[in-house]
Amino acid sequence: MLVQKMFSRFKKLGRQQAAVLRLALVITRREVRDTLRDWRILAPIIILSTAFPFLANFAAGRGLDFVNQYGADLIMTRLFPFLMLVVGFFPSSFSLVIALEVFVGEKERHSLEPLLASPLTDLQLYLGKLFSAIFTPVVASYFAINFYMLLVGLTVGWWPTLSLYAVTMVLSTAQAFVMVSAAVVISSQATSARAANLIASFIILPLAFLLQGEAGLLLFGDYDVLWLIALFLSVTTLLFVRMGIHVFNREHLLGRAIDALDVRGGWRTFWQACWPQQGVKRLYTQDIPRQLRVLWPEIIFTLLVVLGGSWAVGLWGAHFFPLPVDLIALPETLDLESFDTAVQEMGLLSSFSWGALLWNNIRSLLFAAFLAFFSLGTLAEILLLLPLAIIAYLMLQVPSLGISAGQLLTAFVLPHGVPELLAGVLATAQAMRMGVMILRSPAEGGGVSGMIREFGHFCRLFLAVALPLLTIAAWIEVEITPQLAINFLQSW
Amino acid sequence: MITLQGLTKRFDELTAVDHVDLTVPAGQLLALLGPNGAGKTTTVRMLAAILKPTAGSARVAGYDVVRDAQSVRRNVGMLTESPGLYERMSGWEYLDFFGELWELPALARQRRIDYLAERFEMQSALGRRLGQYSKGMMQKVTLMRTLLHEPAVLLLDEPTSAMDPASARLVRDMIMQLKSERRAIIVCTHNLPEAEELADQIAIIRQGQIVERGSLAELKQRLLGRPLMEARFVHSPTNGVRELVAEFAEVTTSGPDWVRYTTQEPAQVNPVLLQAFVRADIPVLALEEVPRSLESVYLRVVGQAVGA
Repeated sequence: MLVQKMFSRFKKLGRQQAAVLRLALVITRREVRDTLRDWRILAPIIILSTAFPFLANFAAGRGLDFVNQYGADLIMTRLFPFLMLVVGFFPSSFSLVIALEVFVGEKERHSLEPLLASPLTDLQLYLGKLFSAIFTPVVASYFAINFYMLLVGLTVGWWPTLSLYAVTMVLSTAQAFVMVSAAVVISSQATSARAANLIASFIILPLAFLLQGEAGLLLFGDYDVLWLIALFLSVTTLLFVRMGIHVFNREHLLGRAIDALDVRGGWRTFWQACWPQQGVKRLYTQDIPRQLRVLWPEIIFTLLVVLGGSWAVGLWGAHFFPLPVDLIALPETLDLESFDTAVQEMGLLSSFSWGALLWNNIRSLLFAAFLAFFSLGTLAEILLLLPLAIIAYLMLQVPSLGISAGQLLTAFVLPHGVPELLAGVLATAQAMRMGVMILRSPAEGGGVSGMIREFGHFCRLFLAVALPLLTIAAWIEVEITPQLAINFLQSW
Repeated sequence: MITLQGLTKRFDELTAVDHVDLTVPAGQLLALLGPNGAGKTTTVRMLAAILKPTAGSARVAGYDVVRDAQSVRRNVGMLTESPGLYERMSGWEYLDFFGELWELPALARQRRIDYLAERFEMQSALGRRLGQYSKGMMQKVTLMRTLLHEPAVLLLDEPTSAMDPASARLVRDMIMQLKSERRAIIVCTHNLPEAEELADQIAIIRQGQIVERGSLAELKQRLLGRPLMEARFVHSPTNGVRELVAEFAEVTTSGPDWVRYTTQEPAQVNPVLLQAFVRADIPVLALEEVPRSLESVYLRVVGQAVGA
């Protein structure tokens, strides 16, 4: 009975989904047909999808001839997969213009209003446009990859393994999806096609960085992490789609906001968000707690990315690139003077003083916030993740020396690490919120004005919370941690 | 069929539509007049459930524009200010696409498109790309799109703009027919003779507020004063005509063979006056109301606004 009930509920749900999709696909069909009839869009995509594979194949062939002279053909065989990824990336990134046009372009051509007046739901309209924007980049990307593969196969005789082929196709698809889903959000929120195209650099830049990272992984021949990246991109796509549907609003599409530079208004927004208008007491009792309540989704996200990500990267590193035992051997004796010398020798700090440590941490977090502006907050997350990944990488290897990682962590990291991490997570979460504001409509508190406001909030949080925490952390790191570390080493 | 109660729309600090009350029963046409930026398009967009009202309510075809937005859109045909056509599609493909959006079955779509093509004399043009159409043809296709799903309510923004006189006549006839089919229609227009010809009710909107509303006769009466009558005679009568007319009405001007007068009750005064002319042996050539156009009414209202 229960099963029957569930089955009929699923059936009903399925019918509803099918009805939603049916009308969405009517939009998709029209848009794709329209794109395929526009030679101004079609010609560059065809040229890019065919010329780049030719170029890549030519370069690969010459490169192979060259390295063969020195018996280093491994380099080129590792370069083929990377070029496969690149030829897939180019057409999909160029066809981003289609995604950027889907809403704002129609708005400028005055063809959007009849669609908005139709019985389509917001979801149907959004999905229809999204599917149509995804179609061309993905098809172009697939074509380019397969064309390149065929060329390399026929001219050089190199064919990818099935797993490499699969990961490249999946990764290219995931990249196209993440770019398009972000571009569609931008298109639905931008006030003009010109503004949408400018904001698109916020998508291209992080993806270009990611492509460089993927290049490294392909050179190492590590396809497992590429699968993880594809998974991460898929989750990001889902987040973008969900966010796009959430912030999609028929009304805003017909708004007539004007992109005018308002320096005085921008400064006012920043100042109101940053400066404690009602005094310091109120700042700590009301303003900051309220800000943290608003910030909790970003804080959770940052904790998950930073802790989970650093653990995953550390694990990957420890598995594939384990350090030789003598490199991680702990010194038998250590005093404060040699501790100071050891830190200076690493070259990260000018001196082992709390001022130098504090300045180093301030600089890192501010740089992360700066990068967050151009990367939807993603680079800020990555910057915080990296040092923690190194700690995780090392901690995962010390058990091979018979040392408890927990004890080592407690002695070397935790005393100053707790306030430092707290400051880092809060500042990074706020930086991320600032970065993603560009994807929200001005009516929903987003856009450039939203970024300025959140930058004000960042400065407030940084000065009122992160800076004191970093100061405490720096003092502990200089005054307490070395002593604990020495005691630990002596007891070990 | 269309009811607006205190309908208001604010964009930040701008109040585009301010407490508008209107009712358009089935089978009636309301002409919404007003200068550019007065709030006509915003009102129509709210009625088409594209914009959400900030305050007040509106029911269209029995559905609330906020709670049942999708049902409203299903029952409304909206002719937008700009045609906004997809230029790489043919006329037929374009109409078929919108027919699909309104979930008309394929056969019904085809029949409906054929019918409308015949009515708008567009049979031979529908196979061509929309980018090749003249402005008038684009407007016709837009109207066909609006009527495709046989909506109960029509919201038409400048329905005959860019059309040649013959096409405009054809569209006006079509609108009259739609009205006779008991559809409720709102037409936003700057074409005052057209509004005068089509409208059962006229509403003038200024700075988001309805400043005048009523039938054309009511508006004329209210804004232009009592009807102005003119009597023309077969030949120039001898003295005493002004005095004769003045016994029954207020003489405004007169000439050698004519006299103009105003009266509150022309239906009572005119027959009596005619009898008086006959008794005085003054042969009357014509007795009629001096035409006063909607334009005069409109300019009076808008002029007041400019003056204010």
